[in-house]
Amino acid sequence: MSEEHYLELCGNPVQFENASSVNNVFFDEANKQVFAVRSGGATGVVVKGPDDKSTVAFRMDDKGEVKCIKFSFGNKILAVQRTSKSVEFINFIPDLLHLEYSQECKTKNASILGFCWTNWNEIVFITDQGIEFYQVLPDKRSLKLQKSQSINVNWYMYCPVTSVILLSTTVLGNVLQPFFFRSGTMSKISKFEIELPGVSKPAKLSLSERDIAMATIYGQLYVMYLKHHSRTVNNPGAEVVLYHLPREGTCKKMHVLKLNTTGKFALNVVDNLVVVHHQSSQTSMIFDIKLRDTDSTLSVHQPVVPARSIHPYKIPLTGPAAVTTATPVPCELYSSTWSVFQPDIIISASEGYLWYLQVKLQPVVNLMKDKGKLMDFLLQRRDCKMVIVSVCFQMLNGPDKSNLSVIATVFDKLNQVYKEYLEAEQSYTMAVETGQSRGNPAQKRPVRTQAVIDQSDMYTHVLSVFTEKKDVSHKFITAVLMEYIRSLNQFQITVQHYLYELVLKTLVHHNLFYMLHQFLQYHVLSDSKPLACLLLSLESTYPPAHQLSLDMLKRLSTANDEIVEVLLSKQQVLGARRFIRGVGGHDNISARKFLDAAKQTREEMLFYTIFRFFEQRNQRLRGSPHFTPGEHCEEHVAYFKQVFGEQALMKPTAS
Amino acid sequence: MATGAQEKQYPPSLLNFFVYNPKFGPKEGEEEKKILFYHPNEVEKNEKIRNVGLCEAIIQFTRTFCPTKPAKSLHTQKNRQFFCEPEENFWMVMVVRNPMIEKNNKDGKPVVEYQEEEILDSVYSSVLQQCYNMYKLFNGTFARTMEAGGVDLLKQRLEKFFYRYLQTLHLQSCDLLDIFSGISFFPLDKMTYLKIQSFVNRMEESLNLVKYTAFLYNDQLIWSGLEQDDMRILYKYLTTSLFPRHSEPELAGRDSPMRLEMAGNLLHYGRFLTGPSNLKDPEAKFRFPKIFVNTENTDEELHLIVYKAMSAAVCFMINTSVELTREFCEQLDSLVGPQLTLLASDICEQYSINRRISGPEKEPQFKFIYFNHMNLAEKSTIHMRKTASVSLTSIHPELMKILGDINSDFSRVDDDEEIIVKAMTDYWIVGKKSDQRELYVILNQKNANLIEVNEEVKKLCATQFNNIFFLD
Repeated sequence: MSEEHYLELCGNPVQFENASSVNNVFFDEANKQVFAVRSGGATGVVVKGPDDKSTVAFRMDDKGEVKCIKFSFGNKILAVQRTSKSVEFINFIPDLLHLEYSQECKTKNASILGFCWTNWNEIVFITDQGIEFYQVLPDKRSLKLQKSQSINVNWYMYCPVTSVILLSTTVLGNVLQPFFFRSGTMSKISKFEIELPGVSKPAKLSLSERDIAMATIYGQLYVMYLKHHSRTVNNPGAEVVLYHLPREGTCKKMHVLKLNTTGKFALNVVDNLVVVHHQSSQTSMIFDIKLRDTDSTLSVHQPVVPARSIHPYKIPLTGPAAVTTATPVPCELYSSTWSVFQPDIIISASEGYLWYLQVKLQPVVNLMKDKGKLMDFLLQRRDCKMVIVSVCFQMLNGPDKSNLSVIATVFDKLNQVYKEYLEAEQSYTMAVETGQSRGNPAQKRPVRTQAVIDQSDMYTHVLSVFTEKKDVSHKFITAVLMEYIRSLNQFQITVQHYLYELVLKTLVHHNLFYMLHQFLQYHVLSDSKPLACLLLSLESTYPPAHQLSLDMLKRLSTANDEIVEVLLSKQQVLGARRFIRGVGGHDNISARKFLDAAKQTREEMLFYTIFRFFEQRNQRLRGSPHFTPGEHCEEHVAYFKQVFGEQALMKPTAS
Repeated sequence: MATGAQEKQYPPSLLNFFVYNPKFGPKEGEEEKKILFYHPNEVEKNEKIRNVGLCEAIIQFTRTFCPTKPAKSLHTQKNRQFFCEPEENFWMVMVVRNPMIEKNNKDGKPVVEYQEEEILDSVYSSVLQQCYNMYKLFNGTFARTMEAGGVDLLKQRLEKFFYRYLQTLHLQSCDLLDIFSGISFFPLDKMTYLKIQSFVNRMEESLNLVKYTAFLYNDQLIWSGLEQDDMRILYKYLTTSLFPRHSEPELAGRDSPMRLEMAGNLLHYGRFLTGPSNLKDPEAKFRFPKIFVNTENTDEELHLIVYKAMSAAVCFMINTSVELTREFCEQLDSLVGPQLTLLASDICEQYSINRRISGPEKEPQFKFIYFNHMNLAEKSTIHMRKTASVSLTSIHPELMKILGDINSDFSRVDDDEEIIVKAMTDYWIVGKKSDQRELYVILNQKNANLIEVNEEVKKLCATQFNNIFFLD
């Protein structure tokens, strides 16, 4: 069976001391740091960040059980919450006093639910009665209230990437009030209501923070709501409802992800895919909100591929030798001790591991039969290039070969993305050019994502290899190449000559000259000097190639010298002379070349005519019929004298 | 003169047409066995033998002068005979009566005057060669028939084919174009052409029996999967015989257009030009004409399916070892019909856009014939639409003959050439040959001189042929 586990835990997890009666573990989503606090900090606090270098260890006085502990950005200031009334601060800035200082919440009788750093020196307290936005003044070891807002809060949620805090308000808890923070300002975003599956009576808190998550998907902030349905016959199961939360405007319900089952779920977002873990079946499913089935404003999505469990994981041998055991231990997946954090973090506090969840594309390829949909999916992924290329290659080869209309669809999808990139690049270049002259600030250069599969990628990884295959019919090869060229043309992308050469070589290899001839006749293979030269070389096997090549050189209009060369090589000396005179280039041509060719024909009168022509040219240009030494025509002058006599040479006309 | 009005003109006409093989009756008294086909059949046996014997003798005699190139034609006052040996020892002979003018002499009695010089060898030799090619397209080579069923089968096939075919020979309207026997290509932009390519490839893949495909629009070729020589004769058949036969109902208003396919399939205009005329007919026969291609080497026998939607026609050629069934035809109809309909309207649209862009001023003011030996492309602004019966020209036959003469001159040498002829009244005729291309232009300008004519032709080349290498 081919590999089907499309999710995996990263191979290099962050390891920390597992949670126990003496060791409390905290996770800060903003800095992605794990805090292991031993005995309230008295015997040490170890902070592990996403990479090994960012480990911080220190001690602090045990002043009671720690409820929450977080560094500000850059590990400048540490905030510790031990009571529901206040938060203590410790400076971690060199040269500043290391002593704790404290801040009580301003609202009387309020209890602090938690706090979030929104900057290296800005912090927000969330209390049950509102939020308070402070600036920390580490040198003065005090805080200054910037702004506050009274509102009844059930619970809160923070999205550090977008600096948005979401407050659950009202009795039911389903009215969510977002706030947005940016360098010293706090702004309110219009509140919105989550539609609950059913209203309970009497009214009580019905929306739990466990069922809400915030994450950015395709650059947009979404509030994800896990909607549990009461089990009924006609109810297929739970769903995830995605509310789009724009910075301005109102929050709108945009997507519904159908889970088709019930039970306990957890959400992650990996590579813009929503991952839903289902504990009881020990499987996860992935959703891509860009894969649309319908075109309505609210799109309903089914899982991209059938649910599968995360790839079996063994606790690695490498890492700090003290912690690892001798043999790798299989890790229990979907454990009840797992905590899931946004966007892609899974923590097992009991085992002391923090993993990043990853999506593997190859297993998705194995599970998705519809190649068009698969391409839509792959093109949105981060590390998609080699997978796309291999899908393209498989599509053209072997037993799972796709039919031409599928191939055409895939090419069109690839070229759509390719074209969009080319256009962005072009408009950037134009903006830079015009911007420089006007002194406008430079526009951002478009990022070339892995999804941009250009002609050279296709040529190198797919087409050139595929055309070499012995077991593929030439008919299919040509059809595929033409389909790719058609697709490029459809998106008005200039086709590179090496693709044409590939077509040409394939046709020539199979003696399909008439086919080639027809393609050239309709200018399917665009004109270029390399192609014209390639055609010239075919003349011995396919005589009409000579005409095709000359036509092409003529159309290029920059290849007059080549045309003369071709005609002279065919000993069409007069033809060459007529041509060059027709295009007005006869004053610059090499007399020697023409005389050489004329001599080779062994036609004396032809030689005479050509010789005379150049004598006249010399006369016209320089006032004398003689050749200059630079023209290297001495041999021909001698030959002329020998055949026609010295007196036949043109006399300089006195002017 | 008053007598002029009473002149009666007779165009050239077919007198005899026969096929023989001298090896089949070498002994005296067995001469009749040599004759494989003779038209008209009513001719008395001895006369047939005499005529065949005469031809044999002439060919034998002329061989003594040039063993590789025996006589091609024999000129006499009343008629002209054309000889052709398409396969070893198989001879085809066509006897054409010279055109004549019937005048009344002084006494008022009709006198016939033969115009021996009015017809061209090159034209009618080509016509004879075409007769063979057309026969071969539908029957294969003589040799192959001999292998399959001996002389009797060959005689039978010749009789069956030529009985009908000879009636369609319109010798009076044969001209330069018969020498070229070219193919008119449909002008098309690259993108639409690629779409057609894509269509052809997909159809060949879906109907995986198809060996070759050809695509035509407006009776002009766009794509041929067949080799050039086979396409040349197939094209001739399609455009002079099959399409004209089917154009009548089309012109009269399409027969039941937009027919609703069962099971809610797409609406389309597609229909079979060969094979079943109505798929719904329970009695419908699924027999298609057979054609023979690549006779030089692989010698393939194929079913010829011609399917048309609006002005687009596709020929699918399938090996005859495959039996074509109702199911196959229905599959083809439902697959090709809708797509071809769509493609046809695409081509039509694109074509009219291109015409609008190029504008009416690009429409040729000149009367010309162009031919390229390399791809057999021909273009004529002299000939009207070809019909089943005659090819109409817009110029005087006298001028057509001059074109033929120039062509004969060209064919004698390999070099590039240019010939300018001042014809009667104000006509100038210019023939140009550059590499493998030939161009004939007819100009009618009052009091034009040689230089002006030359300038005009240059202008024509610059507008019509600017994208090819054509030496001025």
